[in-house]
Amino acid sequence: MTFDVDIGLRQGNFTLDAQFAAPAGLTVVFGRSGSGKTTLINAVAGLLQPDRGRIQVNDVLLFDAGAKLNLATRKRRLGYIFQDSRLFPHLTVRRNLLYGRRTLWAAEQTVRFDDIVEMLALGPLLSRHPSHLSGGERQRVAIGRALLASPRLVLADEPLTSLDMPRKLEILPYFERIRDELGVPILYVTHSAAEVARLATTVVVLDKGRVTQIGAPAEVLADPNMVPTGVRNVGSVLQARLVKQHADGLSELQAGEVALFVPRIEKSVGTLMRFRIAAHDVILSNQPPVGLSALNVIPGEVASIRAGEGPGALISLTTSAGLVVARVTQRSAIRLNLAVGTRVYAIVKSVAIAPDDIGGGLEI
Amino acid sequence: MIDLFSWLGPQEWLAVRLSIKVAFWAMIVSLPFGVFVAFALARWRFPGKQLLNGLVHLPLILPPVVTGYILLVLFGPLGPVGRVLEPYGLGIAFRWTGASLAAGIMGFPLLVRSLRLSFELIDPGLERAAATLGASPVWVFLSVSLPLALPGLIAGAVLAFAKAMGEFGATITFVANIPGETQTLPSAIYALLQVPGGENSALRLVVISILVSFGALLLSEALNRRLAARLMRT
Repeated sequence: MTFDVDIGLRQGNFTLDAQFAAPAGLTVVFGRSGSGKTTLINAVAGLLQPDRGRIQVNDVLLFDAGAKLNLATRKRRLGYIFQDSRLFPHLTVRRNLLYGRRTLWAAEQTVRFDDIVEMLALGPLLSRHPSHLSGGERQRVAIGRALLASPRLVLADEPLTSLDMPRKLEILPYFERIRDELGVPILYVTHSAAEVARLATTVVVLDKGRVTQIGAPAEVLADPNMVPTGVRNVGSVLQARLVKQHADGLSELQAGEVALFVPRIEKSVGTLMRFRIAAHDVILSNQPPVGLSALNVIPGEVASIRAGEGPGALISLTTSAGLVVARVTQRSAIRLNLAVGTRVYAIVKSVAIAPDDIGGGLEI
Repeated sequence: MIDLFSWLGPQEWLAVRLSIKVAFWAMIVSLPFGVFVAFALARWRFPGKQLLNGLVHLPLILPPVVTGYILLVLFGPLGPVGRVLEPYGLGIAFRWTGASLAAGIMGFPLLVRSLRLSFELIDPGLERAAATLGASPVWVFLSVSLPLALPGLIAGAVLAFAKAMGEFGATITFVANIPGETQTLPSAIYALLQVPGGENSALRLVVISILVSFGALLLSEALNRRLAARLMRT
């Protein structure tokens, strides 16, 4: 496994007791605030020392309490992207970017300066100081600085949380590219279901300092017992191919045998996409709907019905597009005579699929 | 513009020059110690931290005469330190170097306070970020902490210099009042006021003192404002 973590750490009243193994790619640590996500990532960075256990990334042992081994932070070859950027205010963007390269031999510099500057469009910013950058620009520089340290491990602690929606949409694709092109393991902390859906190869769910679930994003996000941020974040993650750009501002996706229409995605036709549909945005019908404004109708069969504590019920459907989950009231479920095996139609408004829910690439 | 050389008599000019020399060296020599102590107080946890803090601030509250007397006991020709230095010609009692030491010690708390505040205002997250990028603790200090504390360092140094220019009690107790060797501005003013007809001469030195002190204070204020603005931006 790429990540092999088993640590215990006490901090005041809080106890972190986390154990997980994850394969290569982007591993998301998913949890509410206060669940211990930042503590966990800081332990991996060596900024906090666990009381027990071991941390191994690929074949490098970073920490082993038994062997009294604790590699210093500066020797872990990290690229750590912080929520608050933490750019050095007295240095220009160029010198910020180069900060981590000073300690590297030429042979260790696996990432080229010009490549990163081009990929993150940092050229016009190079001579500026961080105080003259917008929030999104700052975070782009922070990503560049982390990558230019030629890291063997990329850490990201809620890197999008302090940004507004347009800035998030600006930064998200870069993480997809880092995941797909750099070939370096990434540990990414977030409380956002949309980021899990778009970015994760593996999701590690953290709750009250413990790992409660490890799995693929589609699996974790569809299960209300696993989603730590509440039932409102339950949803399905589907994979689809962009097949047509329509003149009226919609893009047509093909998921299984289903055609879906979403607001225009600026990608070329043929691109493989991954997108999330929140369970509360899905309407169910037991007949093919007629006279309806919603454009997306996904036929399927009820696979499971789960009643929650409140008036709601979570219905999972198997469809040719994949697993779709819908949150409806128990009253509706009874009125529609829903049972396992019932043929139903899931209806999703195009505009309900938010832009940050749609991402490029990656098998689910 | 008044011609300073002809305006001041040779004795007065001597005192002004000596004062600047004493204060300059007092400031330069205490800077590295001040940086070290301030950083230790701002960032490290160690036993005896409160004791060190008290010791640094002692000259601020102790009567200057007492500080001067302690220096005399330690560095005087018969004192434990003076006895060792004197045979090599390194004795500092009754020398301008002694005046510098006294002035430096009196200005040290001001330097440390200003520097410590600057270090404490730096987000420790920046220093941790530097560590994640491979920087050793010494390099983190040199490349991040010290540059960010620079306005505070300059402000503290200016204050320490001004304090050294005006130091009287500890200096006159430790190194006496020898014209050309240890007679700094305040000592000269004091001596001039003891002789009949010295008032005019003293008044000129008073004007110089006010100008230097006020100038230093304004400079220090301006630098502090820059520091505040710089930290607000981040």
